[in-house]
Amino acid sequence: MSIDTATVARIARLARLPLDANAAPQIADELARVLDLAGELANASLDGVEPLAHPQAQTLAWRADAVTESNRADALLALAPDARSGLYAVPKVIG
Amino acid sequence: MASSIAQLAQDLRARKTSAVELAQAALARARARADLNAFITLDEAGALATAQRAEGRFANGSLAGIPFAHKDIFCTHGVRTTCASRMLENFVPPYDAGVVEHLRDVYAVSIGKTNMDEFAMGSSSENSHFGAVKNPWDVTRVPGGSSGGSAAAVAAGIVPFATGTDSGGSVRQPAAFCGITGLKPTYGRVSRFGMIAYASSLDCAGVLARSAQDCMYVLSAMAGHDPRDATSVARALDNYNAELSTTLQGIKIGIAREYFGAGVEPGVAAAVRAALAQYEKLGATLVDVSLPNAHLAIPAYYVIAPAEASSNLARYDGVRYGHRCADPQSLEDLYTRSRGEGFGAEVKRRILVGTYALSAGYYDAYYLRAQRARRVIANDFDEAFKQVDLIAGPTTPTVAFKLGEKTADPLAMYAADVNTVAVNLAGLPAISIPAGFSENLPVGLQLIAPAFAESRLLAAAHQFQSATDWHTREPRA
Repeated sequence: MSIDTATVARIARLARLPLDANAAPQIADELARVLDLAGELANASLDGVEPLAHPQAQTLAWRADAVTESNRADALLALAPDARSGLYAVPKVIG
Repeated sequence: MASSIAQLAQDLRARKTSAVELAQAALARARARADLNAFITLDEAGALATAQRAEGRFANGSLAGIPFAHKDIFCTHGVRTTCASRMLENFVPPYDAGVVEHLRDVYAVSIGKTNMDEFAMGSSSENSHFGAVKNPWDVTRVPGGSSGGSAAAVAAGIVPFATGTDSGGSVRQPAAFCGITGLKPTYGRVSRFGMIAYASSLDCAGVLARSAQDCMYVLSAMAGHDPRDATSVARALDNYNAELSTTLQGIKIGIAREYFGAGVEPGVAAAVRAALAQYEKLGATLVDVSLPNAHLAIPAYYVIAPAEASSNLARYDGVRYGHRCADPQSLEDLYTRSRGEGFGAEVKRRILVGTYALSAGYYDAYYLRAQRARRVIANDFDEAFKQVDLIAGPTTPTVAFKLGEKTADPLAMYAADVNTVAVNLAGLPAISIPAGFSENLPVGLQLIAPAFAESRLLAAAHQFQSATDWHTREPRA
């Protein structure tokens, strides 16, 4: 398959990754080659097979719907690149 | 020869050494082998404090006072945890992972955090922000990945064991390349809490050590239910130690012909066949089995893993923790530039592949179809295990390759996982054990068992290691 640079630009935008226009053709080619791997899936007879999302789905345990977290706001905010007044700080969103 | 966990525990009990001495010696070895680049962070203060707490708690087979290392994917309270990414270069977790808690509770002594492929994406430990890891058998070669630092640290005799994670072979493949034993338990057997997520339905904590017996001691401490991980299984642990001495009499080992395919080097196949002949001598019966959908494993894995990764790695946005770009002009700019600067090339490639596979119009053709393939791959194992107790083959098609040999071609790198990824798709336990050499480099034999049959796997590996000495071979320092 082939992927055009416009598609790469759209995917990069969805993934919030920057795209250097000069690198776009090479990335398009790499993506196409990785996705070509998936071509084997298209050729396999898999119609009607129930998808398997999770290897041990039937054995998942339930837990009580109880609050177990303590207030660790200070410890968590201390990890942030920028935090003020007990809140994460980011650039202005609305002009 | 480097001591086993059992020997070290005995020495501690007999007061031939102390936990502090063992920790200091391991730290000194780690520093002396800085050339391997196996560690991202050494934690001398933490190691010595834990070693002091371990004094007086020694018991046979216990991990109390035994030095080890954690793959830098496990969150360690107060100790930097980078996942080998610039994104988390300065991340100091405010909590411990479940695995970290379990090993700390038995007073095992972590000396630091091992190097790896960034976010566990890779098969060579070259995709690290902190530089490539070297193979102790030949420093011009890769140690495998993604748990390459853990494998190199154990193979070089720095520590008797190290933790790792295995989403597509990341414990077994480096264990094979470095001539050590690597165990990937059943999905759900070991907590994923605090283990930085790559592909959540595949990620599994494991152990790298010098023998199946040592893996057994570590698994016994690591495993168990953790209510903080919804995929952790509430099922009692087997007594792995008691079952280790189970003989191979009457055990049927399936030889999967698909695992000896065209890409398998003749020297690797020969070493594995010789190891299987040894299994026959020890009382096992070899039976040919087929896993007819094995060829779908790599395609399914390289859709499912990137899809889950693209979702998991959406959290790295420069807002709550991790790298933030300088002078962001807008929130959009903050997200995009922080991620662009924080992630390496392979991580970006997988995020893009995953985003594509999950995007509108492509979901059914890629992600859903890969999940259907996952079902038939898992069914193949179920069918085979109706005839046999274990399935065997080469862990990897080749021995350790040269540094830089496959970095230019992502698909060539992905092929290194051809015999390991199906196990993750099916959620099964598997072990890689040293089976001999090809071109003076270690070869690994992979044994696969049905879900939760870790005891059978460890016993089968232990019986082989009781009759052979491949696992005792060490690289020249």
